[in-house]
Amino acid sequence: MMNLLKPMSIVCITAFFLSACFHNQDDDAMQEHTMMYQISVSNLSNNQALTPPAVVLHNENYSAWRLGMTASTALEKLAEGGDTTDFISDANANSAVAASQVLSNSPIGPGSSAQATIEISHVHELKLSVATMLANSNDAFTGVNSLDISSLAMNESLMIDVMVFDAGSELNSESAGTIPGPVDGGTGFDASRDDIVNFISIHPGVVSMDDGLASSVLDESHRWNGSVAQIKVTRLQ
Amino acid sequence: MEIKCTQILTGLSLAVLASTSALAADINLSLTNLTHGSHFTPLLVSAHDSSTHVFQTGQAASSNLRLMAECGDTSGILSDLGGADMDTIDNPATGLLAPGASTSTSLMTATDNTHLSIVAMILPTNDGFVGVDSLMIPAAVGTYTYYLKAYDAGTEANDETLPGSSCAVGVAGIPAAPNSDGGTGATGAASADSNTMVHIHRGVLGDSNPTGGLSDLDSSIHRWQNPVAKLVITVN
Repeated sequence: MMNLLKPMSIVCITAFFLSACFHNQDDDAMQEHTMMYQISVSNLSNNQALTPPAVVLHNENYSAWRLGMTASTALEKLAEGGDTTDFISDANANSAVAASQVLSNSPIGPGSSAQATIEISHVHELKLSVATMLANSNDAFTGVNSLDISSLAMNESLMIDVMVFDAGSELNSESAGTIPGPVDGGTGFDASRDDIVNFISIHPGVVSMDDGLASSVLDESHRWNGSVAQIKVTRLQ
Repeated sequence: MEIKCTQILTGLSLAVLASTSALAADINLSLTNLTHGSHFTPLLVSAHDSSTHVFQTGQAASSNLRLMAECGDTSGILSDLGGADMDTIDNPATGLLAPGASTSTSLMTATDNTHLSIVAMILPTNDGFVGVDSLMIPAAVGTYTYYLKAYDAGTEANDETLPGSSCAVGVAGIPAAPNSDGGTGATGAASADSNTMVHIHRGVLGDSNPTGGLSDLDSSIHRWQNPVAKLVITVN
């Protein structure tokens, strides 16, 4: 490197920095234009279908949930029954939200993934939030809250394995009739808040009939360890 | 002068590009088994180009990944990666890596081998493995820490039985419990995986019955929580 630099004249160095400067101005101008992101959700669980994920692009003044705080009714409906209707309409009513979308028309099965492309105008401090229910659970959901994606350059990707949360809005009874997923076909959303707490926590995991909860409709195949989904964000424009 | 200047700038930008993608790196690696009671079979550590993958979540396991995950045999993957050399270290711990134990190794990565993969089977499991696939090796000198998860190859039912026979791909059962802390007589904890792609391992079930029950594993010994390994990369 040093050998290459030695013969370089002052004129050359000036020219180099000038061109770099003009390039930055171009970047600033570009930021007023449309930005496009591909969001992908991959189901890495063994036997938990993920309900169609709600995806929100927003700035720092929106938050879909907070750990340790009570879940909104919209999040409760998503976490207990996979219903994204209120979650999306709440997001769209918030001026901090640039765009929202439901990622797929049907649940994402184990080993499968779904993706969508979302276009927005430039947002300062752009964040991504995603929420989807683990269908074979009482009120488990996974996703990400306010992941900062503002530093993603064109064609750059970011991948994250996301945690599983407990909405704290329904008791984790695992009993027949309480789980909407294919294992049970039970009730989804129920307005009562009958969990032992009424706040959002990291999910303790399901117990299952194979691990001593005789009344559970779940078996060991429905368990997970830490994470059940990978979210990938790629900036396309 | 202008022509000369352009030539120099072109040469300079090429050199900058080359330094980020093609410069050999001298790195030390240390890997620690963070589990409470599970062993890792001989590790395979390899630096390779950015398009190579040893495993990918959401994709079916290759037959050689399956051989590693079900039987702890890295020979197939080693062959896929072109054999052991300065970029690929087979079995740095010279055998099993016990719970709590660490192993270290060094790589002198060749041009374009900018990404790192590590795999080893977790014993006792049916087809569980610890690993990282195609991690970009940091370019700057420094020490970097990563925590690794346990994955399920998706190729064998997690029946958690210990038949005591030698391992073969596609044959039910766990090859061994290295600390001789497994049971007998289990009826089988699970049938075939619902997710037949590589996915995050749901953990072992185990039970507290050493001579029967669903599982030959011990629920108070063989379970884990992610992460299961700590990887420290030192770029020299």
